[in-house]
Amino acid sequence: MSVLPPDIDSASFAAFLEELRGAVGADWVWSGDADMFPYRDSFSPVWNTAEERHASAAVAPEDVEQVSAVVKIARKHRVPLYPISTGKNFGYGGPSPNVNGSVVLDLKRMNRVIEVNTDRNYCLVEPGVSYFDLQRAVDATGNKVMLDCPDPGWGSPIGNSLERGVGYTMPHFRDHFGAHCGMEVVLPDGEIMRTGMGALPGSETWQEYPYGFGPDPAGLFAQGNFGVVTKMGFRLMPMPEYYRTGLITVPRRRDFIKLVNHVNFLSDSGLIGEVEYGSPLSALMGNPDFFVLATKTGGPSDAEMDAAASAAGLPSFQVELQFFGPQKATLENWNYAKDRILSDIPGAAAVDGDHFTLPASEDQLNNTTQPWQTSIKRRRSLGVPSLGAWKIVRDDGHVGFFPVLPRTGEAVFEVQRVLGDAMKEFPTLPPFFNALTMPLFWHTHTFQMVFAPSIKHDDPQHNAITHASMKKCVAVAAEHGWGDYRAAPIYQDDVSNTYSFNNHILRRFHEQLKDAIDPDGIIAPGRGGIWPRRFRA
Amino acid sequence: MSVKASLAIVFGVGALAGSAALAQGIAADIERPEVPGRVVFEQQCAPCHGTGPGDDGSPTLPGTAALDAKYGGDRPGPLELRSDLPAPVLRVILRRGSGAMPMFRKGELTDAQIDELAAYIAATAAANPRR
Repeated sequence: MSVLPPDIDSASFAAFLEELRGAVGADWVWSGDADMFPYRDSFSPVWNTAEERHASAAVAPEDVEQVSAVVKIARKHRVPLYPISTGKNFGYGGPSPNVNGSVVLDLKRMNRVIEVNTDRNYCLVEPGVSYFDLQRAVDATGNKVMLDCPDPGWGSPIGNSLERGVGYTMPHFRDHFGAHCGMEVVLPDGEIMRTGMGALPGSETWQEYPYGFGPDPAGLFAQGNFGVVTKMGFRLMPMPEYYRTGLITVPRRRDFIKLVNHVNFLSDSGLIGEVEYGSPLSALMGNPDFFVLATKTGGPSDAEMDAAASAAGLPSFQVELQFFGPQKATLENWNYAKDRILSDIPGAAAVDGDHFTLPASEDQLNNTTQPWQTSIKRRRSLGVPSLGAWKIVRDDGHVGFFPVLPRTGEAVFEVQRVLGDAMKEFPTLPPFFNALTMPLFWHTHTFQMVFAPSIKHDDPQHNAITHASMKKCVAVAAEHGWGDYRAAPIYQDDVSNTYSFNNHILRRFHEQLKDAIDPDGIIAPGRGGIWPRRFRA
Repeated sequence: MSVKASLAIVFGVGALAGSAALAQGIAADIERPEVPGRVVFEQQCAPCHGTGPGDDGSPTLPGTAALDAKYGGDRPGPLELRSDLPAPVLRVILRRGSGAMPMFRKGELTDAQIDELAAYIAATAAANPRR
């Protein structure tokens, strides 16, 4: 489906493309249906509908100077650019833009790992570097540091962190944007800026002190459209000596509230890595009577759920804990966690899990010896990139809604009930929210829960249900104070609208900034729900 | 220790057999000819379509499992054992995507690399005939 950028005719577009070829070389500019097909969002619920967003062309510079040149050409022609890194942001729009006719600024060729420092524990990379690439560079250092990676390893550390993506090791590394330190950005006028200590000529601390002096604008470039990030530093965890796991179960439904508070304490004290909450009662979901109970409108009572657990001889909830550090410290921390929780929750029980020296062997990474049915995904828990998680992709893909909620058991129960009831409008969807739906402890200090309905390229009715349910989830969650953390372009306005304190002052503030530095919307207009004056009119 | 810009040059060719990142999908169970497409396969395809085990007890990786399920034994699940994927066929699959596998852009996988991939897959299939 050929499209043109806004406000430009075919002849002017051809001249624009010719200028791009002059800047980056003819081999690295693409347009036309065949070459642009891979720039569609293959996980889109609006696939082949009028709502789908299509890019008009793509350009792939090889260095920051070429990025700057491309931005200047786009500014001259008033053509919106849509920057992507490795283009693997699936479930959140993939490589497709907010505005029809945008030109994708494909940064995959900028794939240099500029530095891995294992004395001061950081790296500096370009946007086209994938987690697989970075792991290869880390391997070359003798595995002296541990990455923190998201599920699919083909993503970009820069792209993922700018989307505020997450990982699975220790708390302050799991927040990938929070773990960044220093960035280089091409601004909408083509100027090249460095943040933090990168602004000080001669500084050797760009990846060690993120702020420099004065206001730090780095946050504007995450889920924003104020520039094109061309380099970014990240803090890395020194490879821990040892890894240890443990399981704790609690018998009654209300015990979950205390369990969460204990785990919060352990996490905020720096004693544990990412945890996996679960319910052994999930094994009963194949039983029709139990399924009806767990998905009951208004939610089941504690007594009903406790009776079901008791009848089945199963605990109500569990948490899998992971410890990193010196061998003795991991053992002491696990013993402390057990003592703390078991002494406070009657009937709680603990099971010792796998433990071994790091880095892990291939057999240990394969995770087949845990003495319980584990939800820990071993590779991601140890920061080893993988695509094994692709097994969760159903049909032709999915979209994701992950509301941010308080880190309490009460909030988890409330989300189960509220969103479970709301989604009954869509009976063909799996019961994402039911009495056993557990929180995800990804970001450092908050919970999220998952809603990820599938899409099918050849089934528009199925996709329409997915699309409508996503919009309803965003709206209903916001009514209760639970906001989405990340969204595909087709949902960014919906999500942005929910962050509405004081008549949307946050968005109005962003719009003022956008109008000041990019009034024509050269960089990703609409991204993050931020539209420049040209597109608001 | 600080390893600076030379990393991109040194590791762009991916000579890192045995590393944790590359080990998955590169099980030592078949013969792999040393042709240029091998590195492309190891870096771009093997994490999903390799012959090694999948994550966390899965017997096979997701792409291999999907093709095993799709063909039901009529064709091999592992791509390296497929003798029916010449470059033109591979190019269509990669540029158009297939099921849960998204499309690959020319900026990340060039036509020349797809030609190398096809040659590598044909070579591995020939070196490891189905029994």
